[in-house]
Amino acid sequence: MTATGEACYHCGEPLPPGPVRTARIDGVERPMCCPGCEAVASLIADSGLDDFYRFRTAPAPTPASPARVAADEWQAYDRDAVQRPYVRRLPDDQREAVLLVEGLTCAACAWLIERVLGAEPGVTDIQVNPATGRALLRWDPARAALSGLLRRMAGLGYRPHLLAASESLPAITRERRAALKRLIVAGLGMMQVMMYAVALYAGAIHEDMDPGIAGFLRGISLLVATPVFFYAGMPFLRGAWRDLRARRPGMDVPVSLAIGGAYTASVWHIFAGGEIYFDSVTMFVFFLSVARFLEMAARHRASRATGALARMLPATALRVTAAGDTERVALAELAVGDRVRVPVGDPVPSDGRIVAGDSRLDESLLTGEFMPVAKRVGRPVVGGSVNLTAPIDIEITRVGQDTLVAGIVRLLDRAQSQRPRLAVVADRVARWFVAGVLLAAAATGLYWWQTDPAHAFPIVLAVLVVTCPCALSLATPTALVAATARLARQGLLVARAGALETLAKSDHLLLDKTGTLTLGRLSLNETVVHAGDAAEARHLAAALQAHSEHPIAQAFRAHRDGREARAVRVHPGRGIEGVVDGRRLRLGRPDWVGAAEATDNEGTEVTLAGDDGPIATFRLADAIRPEARAAVRELQRLGFTPEIASGDGPGPVAALARELGIETWHARMTPEDKLARMHDLQTAGRRVVMVGDGVNDAPVIAGADVSVAMGSGSVLAQSSADMVLTAGRLGDLVAGVTIARRTLRVIRQNLAWAASYNTVALPLAAAGLVAPWMAALGMSASSLLVVANAARLGRERAAPVPGDADTACDIPALGASR
Amino acid sequence: MNIILILVPLSLVLVALAVWAFFWAVGSGQFDDLDSPAYRILLDDDDKPRRDETEDEPDRDET
Repeated sequence: MTATGEACYHCGEPLPPGPVRTARIDGVERPMCCPGCEAVASLIADSGLDDFYRFRTAPAPTPASPARVAADEWQAYDRDAVQRPYVRRLPDDQREAVLLVEGLTCAACAWLIERVLGAEPGVTDIQVNPATGRALLRWDPARAALSGLLRRMAGLGYRPHLLAASESLPAITRERRAALKRLIVAGLGMMQVMMYAVALYAGAIHEDMDPGIAGFLRGISLLVATPVFFYAGMPFLRGAWRDLRARRPGMDVPVSLAIGGAYTASVWHIFAGGEIYFDSVTMFVFFLSVARFLEMAARHRASRATGALARMLPATALRVTAAGDTERVALAELAVGDRVRVPVGDPVPSDGRIVAGDSRLDESLLTGEFMPVAKRVGRPVVGGSVNLTAPIDIEITRVGQDTLVAGIVRLLDRAQSQRPRLAVVADRVARWFVAGVLLAAAATGLYWWQTDPAHAFPIVLAVLVVTCPCALSLATPTALVAATARLARQGLLVARAGALETLAKSDHLLLDKTGTLTLGRLSLNETVVHAGDAAEARHLAAALQAHSEHPIAQAFRAHRDGREARAVRVHPGRGIEGVVDGRRLRLGRPDWVGAAEATDNEGTEVTLAGDDGPIATFRLADAIRPEARAAVRELQRLGFTPEIASGDGPGPVAALARELGIETWHARMTPEDKLARMHDLQTAGRRVVMVGDGVNDAPVIAGADVSVAMGSGSVLAQSSADMVLTAGRLGDLVAGVTIARRTLRVIRQNLAWAASYNTVALPLAAAGLVAPWMAALGMSASSLLVVANAARLGRERAAPVPGDADTACDIPALGASR
Repeated sequence: MNIILILVPLSLVLVALAVWAFFWAVGSGQFDDLDSPAYRILLDDDDKPRRDETEDEPDRDET
């Protein structure tokens, strides 16, 4: 009943049962799950771009069916008025737009898009950046229409969204560039100053340096150290000032005190004579900048979910004019009170109310529930839900930032920007540490001031430098960065660095059912024949369902044999009827087609009937993910107690729990129930990992110690979760736990080292046995040791992940044969 | 030793040049994406004949 374990070569989805579609790639026939993948794979292969499959590191996005792509969603963007906010006009009559590209997961995707679009006539430049998920497109409007280029990109499975010009250089990029510039100034400055310092020290040891040369070198040191201090050191100074004003001393305060004190004293000594410490200042700034940069890189990886809102809504809408015609307009042109037509298969562009038509809508993007919801005239609809069974007209009630989707995204943004609990704890520890360091420095200063005022300052400085929380502050971020990068390669995106620490300590697993343990879509489980042949019955049902977007119809997709149904009529909530081979057939709820009521209520049943009575009854169920069983067993071995919390009825949930060997399960749970269950577990002292895929899980996800979203689930769940299983394989969570635990071990080693180093060094420095330059050197060596230890996490070979049946996306060896 | 009175300022000029070059490189986006160029060079080196340039192959089945 589960899928065969074989996956689509293009997108990694399990193959549907029945005849297999294939595409010829690199001379080998590869299985494909749907016409969309088949079309894209053939296109890629026919353009000689088979390399995409060799070098990609993640499965490609599942493209929409060719029919959907052809629907002319982007046409409106050819109109100048619509283009204006998004498109920049270049002097030579060319145009430029920045696109947010969906499904951009690896370098090979970027390469594919660049090659395919670059070959389109009229395109003068295309640059795709997988790190930010953005593409820069430049084209000649006289030779290519923007809509055609966007359609081409969508046809590959990468849905583009135009970004307003102001969003084109994201804050992330600006921050990263500024940090890089600071890093290089600090690095080059440090090397220069160190060179002069070595000369000065050598001169001091031999006591034969010409005073003029010494003065010159000291002056040059000042010249180089000044930009390092004021430019590269600015974030620390600013941070310390902010902390002091808020009366919350953080790490920045002793750092600023040390570099500020050393810099001021050195400047004073340049003119008044005495020791200078520019080498310590620059080295300190550089190493701390490196630590900050690594931390920033981890944080940026997390904010890939930007633009979640843009991805949920269509680019354009069909507005009904006063005359009753429809016109394509861009989403930004819609106003409250407009009447908009939503054809079957299209997403609803904005919040509104149905004014004509009865249909079923798929709200899975918002709720995670894949069964559609029936809506009648007068009922509200939510922007982002997909219209499934019949065209409807809606009157827009809210637009833009007022819509429900925008509200949820805002809520999530706020939740994300709040500091994670663990970082807060680390800060509290740091505050004590900082207070201790300052106290020690003050006591040392006081003592030496009374015994030997001439040496008081360098000794205090040595204390401040040697106890610098440098290794301490590097210990955690470097380990987290190494582990995060490693896990990202393996299919687990860590969106919040602190989550890894919590994951390592967790011992309870709360699993959502639909979409997490199961594939989140119906598949044909069993055929009960009343008359005739089972295969024939399946073919007839498939022909009837061929043009439906209903989840039930997708279960039959694999059984199509080319026959077409005529005079198809959809009866929302009941079924579908039509004529195949001259026979009038009905497929739908058993009581509607005239068959006996369903006896077994596990799953969904539909019956196919002709004029002369029922032909067959199909049992449909949501299939278990092929790797779920192995992953659950492995997690149990790692000490987790798994538990299912589902909104479904007890029947299917119990069956699934039995199948997977999970003892505790809860059925018919509302999000509130799930949250209450979570709190119960937490009060009982458990640390809970929540794995879910829908926004109905969002409150639970927010309450969990660690939340994991499925990459195939709703966008909103992904952007609110701590981690995302990008390939949708539960097995990757096992690797995540293993590596998280190892990361924690490395962090502990690092912290132990940093702490013991400081304990030894502090008394030595306080006793005046350590010169500032020795302190700086010791501090740096200690930091390097910590970094090297952390780097081990990224290098080790991954243990094989259970259930990892077909990783077509691993980077093959360079010499891989064709 | 007076030579260092010339050489050290000269080295400072070189450092300033290096910093300027790096700032220019960062500003023009060369450091924005450090992951994909590593793969891109592997992909681009492969100049397999593109099949759409030999459009008239008889056995090609058009989709």
